[in-house]
Amino acid sequence: MITYIIRRILYSIPVLLAASFLIFSLISLSSDPLAQLRANPKFSPDTLAHLRVHFQLNRPIPVRYVYWLKNFVLHKGGDSLLTNHAIWPDIQRVMGHTAQLVLISELLAILLGVAIGVYSAVRQYSFFDYTFTTLSFLGFAMPVFLLALLLQIAFTDVYLHWHVRIFYTSGLNNPGQGTWSLDRLQHLALPIVTLCVISFALYSRFMRASMLDVINSDYARTARAKGVPEWKVIMRHVFRNALIPLVTVIALNVGAVLGGAIITETVFSLDGMGFYFVDRLSHDDLYAVMGWLMITSVFVIAFNLIADVLYGFLDPRIRYA
Amino acid sequence: MPETQPSSTPVAAAAAGGGLLGSTDGAAAAEGLYEHGLEVKARSQWAYARKRFLRHRLAVASLIVVTAIFLTGALAGVIAPHSYSQIDLNYFFHAPTVKNAHYFGTDQLGRDYFSRVIYGIRTSEKVGLVVALLSSVIGLLVGGIAGYFGGWIDNILMRITDLVLTLPALPVLLTAAALLGQGNEWRVTLILAFFFWTPLARIIRGSFLSLREKEYVEAAKAVGAGDFRIMFRHMLPNSLGPIVVNGTLTVGTAILVEAALSFLGFGIQPPTPALGALVNEGQDNPQAWWLTVFPGLTVVLIVLCVNFVGDGLRDALDPTQRRVRA
Repeated sequence: MITYIIRRILYSIPVLLAASFLIFSLISLSSDPLAQLRANPKFSPDTLAHLRVHFQLNRPIPVRYVYWLKNFVLHKGGDSLLTNHAIWPDIQRVMGHTAQLVLISELLAILLGVAIGVYSAVRQYSFFDYTFTTLSFLGFAMPVFLLALLLQIAFTDVYLHWHVRIFYTSGLNNPGQGTWSLDRLQHLALPIVTLCVISFALYSRFMRASMLDVINSDYARTARAKGVPEWKVIMRHVFRNALIPLVTVIALNVGAVLGGAIITETVFSLDGMGFYFVDRLSHDDLYAVMGWLMITSVFVIAFNLIADVLYGFLDPRIRYA
Repeated sequence: MPETQPSSTPVAAAAAGGGLLGSTDGAAAAEGLYEHGLEVKARSQWAYARKRFLRHRLAVASLIVVTAIFLTGALAGVIAPHSYSQIDLNYFFHAPTVKNAHYFGTDQLGRDYFSRVIYGIRTSEKVGLVVALLSSVIGLLVGGIAGYFGGWIDNILMRITDLVLTLPALPVLLTAAALLGQGNEWRVTLILAFFFWTPLARIIRGSFLSLREKEYVEAAKAVGAGDFRIMFRHMLPNSLGPIVVNGTLTVGTAILVEAALSFLGFGIQPPTPALGALVNEGQDNPQAWWLTVFPGLTVVLIVLCVNFVGDGLRDALDPTQRRVRA
């Protein structure tokens, strides 16, 4: 097991390097970091040619990649083209906000998804089951931006009509309010609901299917035959085994949650990772975008790793050679 | 059931069983039936698949709805009451009304939203269908070559597939669309197609790995058929089910992702109307709910129906591979 984990971690390193090289090549081949200077008439072609050499932009892509990677590691994620500062302090700030949003909404989605998935499986084909089946299909087809926007419009209109503030529809805080305040909760409630609904549809569906796989298995029947009460069979024998595949799904869902966070934060103007990314991308701040993609790739690959390791850890039937 | 059945049910079941079990049993069963003076109708695998699909009522209904929506989009020039850029100064920023056929209202420039949504459907369906087709071709080639040849080719191609799968999808697509897309629908389509081929490549690889051990492949090799002839004439038809199912579901995903890209302003740019960009117009005008609701619900309806059709097709064509379903 230990050797497997070590080997799996070592395997992640070339994957990360390859992924970052792919991202670097994509961005470098399709853009020009000097574009904004080129548009400025104060810079002569000579100056631009000089800058090109100075910043190693005339070198081949693999060489430039090594320079960029070195800069990324040694200089706090590399400098942004927009602010000329290292991107890491900014990323650190926005990451905290995104973590708060994502962790709360994922926790809610997991709790709700597991509870409703289990109940739907136990009462298969009941009214309850059909209701949530329909809702989850709607959840799969619902674009994140539409849900976010509908909530935003609904609560903006509530405010405009009746002048009551239930939830704020943009921003992170009113001035002078902190990270863990009622004010923050009023700001985060709608983004949390948006992200939660999207993940919840997946988790509840998956939990239900996973429960149904196990509910009629031989060992569940054995437990029933021994006279174990039904709720105990469900909770101790079925539920625990059905939870194992869900762990993998949750860990692998991190990429989709990230995508959801980009859209949600943009709609609600939250100063998080996604908002930062879209903002920098629309300003052609290429190196901030690269650094951001690198950092998020680390997260996604780390969660892939966690999914693999946890799966083997939770399920003793899986043995690694 | 499309055809009338001359025989009674148990006999038909026996014939069906014979057809499924293979040639010798089938022939024996058929001879037995002829002796009893009953006719045996040959049914292809496709006939069975069609029968299974038609039994799935929700999928059939969804297919009808989605066909109707796509036809509306394809015939946008005929059906839409106005052009997508025509300005109606009498109905400026107007809520939905039957007057002058502004069923979905008008935007702040007085453009008819019903027509804009219909033209938006045309854009979305083009993107969805072309992405599904192109990505299927790429996935088929990559997965097919990897599965058929195996060895180091397989290793390299599958590592590339894994790599594309680990990239955070939406941010990478946003970056690619912002830098390479130029707001052009065909460029955005190409970018999406180059990202969506991975699931099919994996499925086809798995299927080809097992198919290449089959006797008929050996037979084809023995008579001197070339590698690509074996791959595309002999093995491909046997993995058509997963290809069709995956392609259908990709239409829905592509439409959703394109809408998200356009919503954020990096996908298809005006003047080409795209459903995602239309939804975005509602963000600045929370009082004008129709700007968000109509294009948004159109996306939901299309994707919902496409998913149901994909589910029905999966049950019909690919009974071994069951997804999470109702």
